[in-house]
Amino acid sequence: MTQPMITVANVTFGYDPAKPIFERFSWHVEDGESWAVIGPSGCGKSTLLYLLAGLRRPQSGKVVIGGKPVTRPRPETGLILQDYGLLPWATVWENAALGLNIRRFYGPDGKHSPRSYRISDPDARVRLWLERLGLIEHKDKFPAQLSGGQRQRTAIARTLALEPDLLLMDEPFSSLDALTRESLQDLIVTLRAETGVVTVIVTHNIEEAVFLGQKILVLGAPPNREPSVVVNPGAGTRDYRSSREFLGKCTYLRKLLGGALEIPR
Amino acid sequence: MKYRVDWEGGLVAVTLFLCIWTGLAMLINRPIVPPPWEVIPVFAREMGGELGKHMLVSAGRVLSAIALAVITAAPAGLILGQSETLNRFLFPLIALVHPIPKIVFLPVILILLGSGDLSKVTLIAMILFFQILVVVRDEAAGLRPELIMSVRSLGAGRRALFRYVYLPASLPAVLTALRVSVGTAVAVLFITETYATRSGLGYYIVVETWQVLRYREMYAGILAMSLLGLGLYSVIGLLERRVARWKAAK
Repeated sequence: MTQPMITVANVTFGYDPAKPIFERFSWHVEDGESWAVIGPSGCGKSTLLYLLAGLRRPQSGKVVIGGKPVTRPRPETGLILQDYGLLPWATVWENAALGLNIRRFYGPDGKHSPRSYRISDPDARVRLWLERLGLIEHKDKFPAQLSGGQRQRTAIARTLALEPDLLLMDEPFSSLDALTRESLQDLIVTLRAETGVVTVIVTHNIEEAVFLGQKILVLGAPPNREPSVVVNPGAGTRDYRSSREFLGKCTYLRKLLGGALEIPR
Repeated sequence: MKYRVDWEGGLVAVTLFLCIWTGLAMLINRPIVPPPWEVIPVFAREMGGELGKHMLVSAGRVLSAIALAVITAAPAGLILGQSETLNRFLFPLIALVHPIPKIVFLPVILILLGSGDLSKVTLIAMILFFQILVVVRDEAAGLRPELIMSVRSLGAGRRALFRYVYLPASLPAVLTALRVSVGTAVAVLFITETYATRSGLGYYIVVETWQVLRYREMYAGILAMSLLGLGLYSVIGLLERRVARWKAAK
């Protein structure tokens, strides 16, 4: 592949146009990569994800994904948010099936659902993912009856049932306890190894960024003009967490974010 | 839940109700307050004839009014809840009109819409309209932006958002609004049916029975009107519990 999966070209965006968060910002993601985006609060890391997801439009410049400019949510992109993403009135099963139901609602129109989209047995697909994520015995429960980890796994099942080629995650595990968080991080690593899905995860957690991001985009106080990237080739294996290299990268990133180091250009 | 009545509680309530009624009838001891054993047989007899027909007409009017109010107020509430600009400019108007007792427009509506069913249905619908509008607006405005964004990211456009988010989110609120205002609706129904009409429970109670001193039949009519209110209240409460199952689950 010569064409990047994601191209962010000269993007300027700010909720208040007088105070841009990104100013002529350019960045790209190659096919098969896993990225982490990290930075202090208010640096614009969630905003970047919303721009990629097509939920926000840049004031100038453009975002191109899979060769097409993004002007609205792209059906092949999956998005997982920290919380509140599940319908509180729907059961685990109904939530996991929501994306597939929306696709059936519109049919393969190329706008809300991929043009090539055909599925013979959506129920089997939902069941497969619920079983895979250990949720099948909870399928009739409502989100309020689940633990935080189960809720996030439901959100993951809902997204993966749509077989995305790009998975965007905004602080997906930050409200979970450490053990649950690590097991879900392992799940993402396994899924990447199986499907080759491109991942971009926004996090404020240094360990999470180093564990999941083969490349780490470090954002600073706005406006962000140039991307600062830490290369982290060890990420994406399950035992990376206990390696010396992992600890070294974490320490490095911590200093970088603390301002003790110059950001590499 | 607060409106849940179990079987035993219901039995106790009915017994107590009949005791109080009997007590009052004996205490007052005048034809205007007949005891239950005089009224209930008359009720059973009349329901098979005139009273039954009047009750059906009344039920039809109040159900039409509910339907009219829901199909106009729910979409309006959703639109106001979604659009901050519209809400900012239109909600003050609603806040201004909402507290006006709509019944005072009875003469105007009778003249404009005639003395048929349309005027009665419209007046009741006006009362329900504001109740529903306000709760649906609050419900739609209270949906977290994260929820909307994550559903949009699954491919949902306006129509799918309505079908999968706004509709199920506002349905319990619509039912709650109906449940709390159905009593007012039946009361207003009664008043409208006492003017320029020859059908409905209001007409039966005031013209056919009260004015000709048929007190037992009048009480049968009151009983019918009470049962109409109770029936509507219970059915709405039941539906509400069904659609709000997730709120009780924990």
